[in-house]
Amino acid sequence: MISLIVNGTTHQVDVDPATPLLYVLRDTLGMHGAKYGCGLGQCGACTVMLDKQAVFSCLTPVAVLEGRQIKTIEGLGTIEHPGPLQQAFIDEQAAQCGYCIAGMIMRAQALLERTSSPTEAQIRAQMQPNLCRCGTHIRILAAIRLAADTMRQAAIPGRVQEVSR
Amino acid sequence: MKARSITLGLAILVAGGSAAFAGLAWRPAIGKIASPTQFDRALVAKGAQLAAVGDCAICHAGSTGTPFAGGNPLQTPFGAVYASNITPDPDAGIGTWSLAAFRRAMHDGVDRAGGFLYPAFPYNHYTHVTGEDVDAIYAFLMTRTPAKLQAPATHLPFPFNIRLLMAGWNALFVDHSPVAADPAKNAAWNRGAYLVEGLGHCAACHSPRNALGAEDKAHPFTGGEVDGWDAPGLTAATSPAAIAWTAGALYRFLRHGLDDQHAASAGPMGAVSHDLSNVPEADVRAIAIYIASMTDPDGRGAAEPTREQQVAARVAAAQIPPPELQQTSGAAIFAGACAGCHGAGAPMMLNGRPSLALGSSVTAATPRNASQTILYGLQPGPGERGPWMPGFAGSLTDDQVAAVLTYLRWRFTDRPAWPALEDNVHRIRQDKSS
Repeated sequence: MISLIVNGTTHQVDVDPATPLLYVLRDTLGMHGAKYGCGLGQCGACTVMLDKQAVFSCLTPVAVLEGRQIKTIEGLGTIEHPGPLQQAFIDEQAAQCGYCIAGMIMRAQALLERTSSPTEAQIRAQMQPNLCRCGTHIRILAAIRLAADTMRQAAIPGRVQEVSR
Repeated sequence: MKARSITLGLAILVAGGSAAFAGLAWRPAIGKIASPTQFDRALVAKGAQLAAVGDCAICHAGSTGTPFAGGNPLQTPFGAVYASNITPDPDAGIGTWSLAAFRRAMHDGVDRAGGFLYPAFPYNHYTHVTGEDVDAIYAFLMTRTPAKLQAPATHLPFPFNIRLLMAGWNALFVDHSPVAADPAKNAAWNRGAYLVEGLGHCAACHSPRNALGAEDKAHPFTGGEVDGWDAPGLTAATSPAAIAWTAGALYRFLRHGLDDQHAASAGPMGAVSHDLSNVPEADVRAIAIYIASMTDPDGRGAAEPTREQQVAARVAAAQIPPPELQQTSGAAIFAGACAGCHGAGAPMMLNGRPSLALGSSVTAATPRNASQTILYGLQPGPGERGPWMPGFAGSLTDDQVAAVLTYLRWRFTDRPAWPALEDNVHRIRQDKSS
């Protein structure tokens, strides 16, 4: 058994230690936010946060996760109470097909948690690994800027409220 | 009284000696020119290709993205040396430099005003570049877009802040004689020698350096260090390559950034391969032929077994994996994080798929390059094509990177295990964040 801390909750899972986190999230824990895109760390659809860093969950075997904090899109908000980044993506209509969006939001979340007022260059450098085949990049960038403003104005710089599960 | 006069005498001697040294070392300023003149288009084009061989754009890359505007530090054991602005801006750059001033900088390491440059600028190699080629590089640089960016001044600690001391360093370590032609070798080899020893300044990274920061001339091309990476040895005895580098393999690696009998060009070498993609093919082949005369001196490369045969032999010769190693976290991490691309039959297709058994990062004496690659991946510049690998600095801890390195070393090589891996990984991470 391996224990995983996902969005603050500890789960015991019985899987091979080489199993990528993405498979465990989706198949074992039923959390379908992170998406399978390429399985090679080339598209970013599977991005989650691990100890404050954005990582490709498809290339992160559960063997390395003991005691570490995993945060997924499910940890940012709910349909009724979306988090600031989720709300900004809705307000800017930043999704077309939506497949990449959970990964985009988690990579942006990692940036905004450490940099409350990122420059345009910092945003673009951070988002560089994540692909959107529909081409909504301009709206995605606008949503990240909007969320940064919202989060600063909420006087909790770089942080969002954790949703209790 | 006597002691005092002796002290005084010594002081006069030291002062006199210093003055004589300073007199000998003193270089006049060369007058400013109003503005760069017109240049022949063909000369500028030739200069562009030579500048690519010389890697000018790599160190002098603008810190704000303007090519040749300088400002980036080169970390040396003596401190950070900032690359100057070599655009033709009259104030921040070299816009007021005459051709004579530029030639003196390239050949003698002295700037227009007569100040000594530090050999982070490899004039000890550029001194071998013909006047004709220097003129073409001048024409190229003087026709770039001027950038106002003022590069930060270099402040090395005492005594290295005394620039005049470089006159002594130059007398000891700079050989101004041209690269001697070897009539026993063909024209391509001789062209390669000229490019490698001169403009290409390959030895600046691939040779060890002495305590004064000069290349160890007794052991050329036996491997050096740059920017936290090992620059592997290029001699047959010191090259860590699993299969000897042939001229053909070197050509593919230098020109395309990847050879399927070795690996991708990574770290500081990545930019060199990128520059060499813009150089005449014949020159890259010449460089490859010259270096292959070191890596494969007997020319046996062509007669060696094919990659498939060699890999098959290595796999057959490998010990049966001890079960305890198969059970390690390194094996699990490799299976979950690496095997998607590096496992047998994995879909990594661009320009072939070199086995990890062939990459010198894995066979090298130190784990430095393998650690760098695992932590930070291979990242072509924005919008550029090239071998790519995600970095694992965010997902793997130091001990986890160490575990996967241990596994790689065992699984893909017949070399001894690397010691003190966790410390090594930790240090690379610290250097990167400082």
